[in-house]
Amino acid sequence: MRFVKSLFSFSSALIIFCGGIAQAVTEVQWWHAMGGVNGERVDKISSDFNASQSQYKVVPVYKGNYTETMTAAIAAYRAKSQPHIVQVFEVGTATMMAAKGAVYPVEQVMKDSGEKFDKSDFLPAVISYYQTPEGELLSMPFNSSTPVLWYNADALKKAGVGVPITWAEMKSASEKLLASGMDCGFSFGWQSWVMVENYSAWHDLEIGTQENGFAGLDTKFSINNKNVKRILGQISDWSKKGIFKYGGRRGDSLSMFTNGECAMWMNSSAYYGSIKKQAKFNYAQSMLPLDTEASSSRQNSIIGGATLWVLKGHKSDDYKGVAKFMNYLSSPAVQAWWHQETGYVPITKSAYELSKSQGFYQSNPGTDTAIKQLNLNQPTPNSRGLRFGNFVQVRDIINEEMEAIWNGSKSSSNAMDAAAKRGDALLRKFERANK
Amino acid sequence: MLKSIHFNSQALAYLLVAPQVIITLVFFIWPAGQALYQSFLIEDAFGLGSEFVWFENFIYLFEDDYYGESFGRTALFSFLVAVISMSFALFLAGFAERVVRGGLFYKTLLIWPYAVAPVLAGALWVIMFDPSLGIITYFLKYFGIDWNYKLNGNQAMTLVVMAAAWKQVAYNFLFFLAGIHAIPKSMIEAAAIDGSGPVRRFWTIIFPLISPVTFFLLVINTVYAFFDTFGIIHVMTQGGPAKATEILVYKVYNDGFIGLDLGGSAAQSVILMFIVISLTVIQFRYIEKKVEYK
Repeated sequence: MRFVKSLFSFSSALIIFCGGIAQAVTEVQWWHAMGGVNGERVDKISSDFNASQSQYKVVPVYKGNYTETMTAAIAAYRAKSQPHIVQVFEVGTATMMAAKGAVYPVEQVMKDSGEKFDKSDFLPAVISYYQTPEGELLSMPFNSSTPVLWYNADALKKAGVGVPITWAEMKSASEKLLASGMDCGFSFGWQSWVMVENYSAWHDLEIGTQENGFAGLDTKFSINNKNVKRILGQISDWSKKGIFKYGGRRGDSLSMFTNGECAMWMNSSAYYGSIKKQAKFNYAQSMLPLDTEASSSRQNSIIGGATLWVLKGHKSDDYKGVAKFMNYLSSPAVQAWWHQETGYVPITKSAYELSKSQGFYQSNPGTDTAIKQLNLNQPTPNSRGLRFGNFVQVRDIINEEMEAIWNGSKSSSNAMDAAAKRGDALLRKFERANK
Repeated sequence: MLKSIHFNSQALAYLLVAPQVIITLVFFIWPAGQALYQSFLIEDAFGLGSEFVWFENFIYLFEDDYYGESFGRTALFSFLVAVISMSFALFLAGFAERVVRGGLFYKTLLIWPYAVAPVLAGALWVIMFDPSLGIITYFLKYFGIDWNYKLNGNQAMTLVVMAAAWKQVAYNFLFFLAGIHAIPKSMIEAAAIDGSGPVRRFWTIIFPLISPVTFFLLVINTVYAFFDTFGIIHVMTQGGPAKATEILVYKVYNDGFIGLDLGGSAAQSVILMFIVISLTVIQFRYIEKKVEYK
């Protein structure tokens, strides 16, 4: 009996001892919003990094969708139990930027820990979104994408139409598609991002005053301009004939494209992985259509997706691990792999070049559409991106008002005026709280 | 001489009530006080800077048309949920009482939905009524009804009301059944001997006699519709489309946790707190006296 007892205490001592050794590895908490297949890829990146060295251990934690992840991190910060790294989507950028005391700018993290960091290798269209007016990079781009036009090549062939280049062609092509037996011409998801924000940038139209919010907090929305109103009004008219069909917010309408209901779908290039898995037809992507009534040429599209923000409040040694991980994450090999698997754009030029030399774009034509769209022209103040406070809520407002257009309860003019007015009220609130 | 035992010091008495007092302070008074304080602040999301603004958050709310609309919507929602779930429950309880064979079996089945968590109840209804995958959507098409609650606000409201009411029927059923059981059989038998039929007996004897139960359930159901339906709405519609199902408690969540407007959200929860307090006061002070007890 005594023997059993001593054995027991010995083994528990051993467990405690071993636990002590495990503690010696510095853990870096990474909260992210990548569910499903992309979540597995995030896990792979982390475990590959952990295997590459023995000092630090990155622990990825899935915290729900983008909104949930961001609010969880903020709540954790208030309770002083924040993660080291949190993935925040692009619309949360202004909120994170304003939180100067809580955010550890990633460029500073790299400098303080002595890690090599070559900012010039990053794609301008990607990092300009996340820089201060002085040019300091605040967060590490991770998964960036841009909306493209996905199309069902088989359906287009059957209807005898080419890939639409303009909005007028979107209509005529859809009419032929409907005549050839399709249920609907086209649909889109993330409608505020695709049809308001990117539509504006693509035609070099202002989204808000003060350079889309980049130049100051005293900005106002200009999304109720005549071009946005006109195109949304037209689409609403088209929906009566089935040319356009609304399928819900975010990516809810993906199934309408992959099950062959709608022949074209405008949404993020990052649906590449899902479409590849689900579509039983030949598909491809092409650039967003041009609205010739709004502009004679295409400008450039803007990014969406998320970046990794570093939060303050941990030991300085932890941040060395953070810096190492950030370097690993943005290395050409990891980025090229991530880009080719997911359809997110590569964030560095060398990752882009690597994908090229690997022959990825040759064997998968059209997969460089997103990066071409982003680099089409030197960004103007209208097409650099946007930086509005409370934009998470504003997106919901725009969603609501657009839904009111689609269900016919409001004209596109009334809906966009209301969206701008309600959005402005939230901008004033944000300005007030972040003086 | 009458000897009364009493404790010399009052300390023991205080000690004995202390746990209850502490629980109340920690879990009720303190958070409520925090909410009240927060409602006077305008603060950024991270809590790095804040400004004391007195009633500005409240003034903003009362000037906001959407808040007023949400109030009206919540009133309609609660009314529909309470009326539908209570009338169904009363109907079922009235019949379950009369079942002779297998009564326990039916009663168990009827109580079952109460064990379903709100989120799961919502998910069940979403699966049945999904605009593109739902089985009921499929049947509705035969009747020429274009069902898409993701776009149509009235349909969305109908759906959340049905789900919320369905979930509460079991609870109401249980109380109504107990209430009917408590009525002395002799009264009902006497009425039967006098020649009144089951329907008349229900309306002239059973219904008036269970009025305390009905009233109690009315308050409980209103509070349920105000607060506990959050999970159902969160799963089914997230307050959409275009705010059609955004009731007050969902707006608190939306503004506070999604929008990170903590002051405005706290102001809303303070208003909700006063609504609950007044509901409770009405229950105990006013109506309870007027309800006929046997």
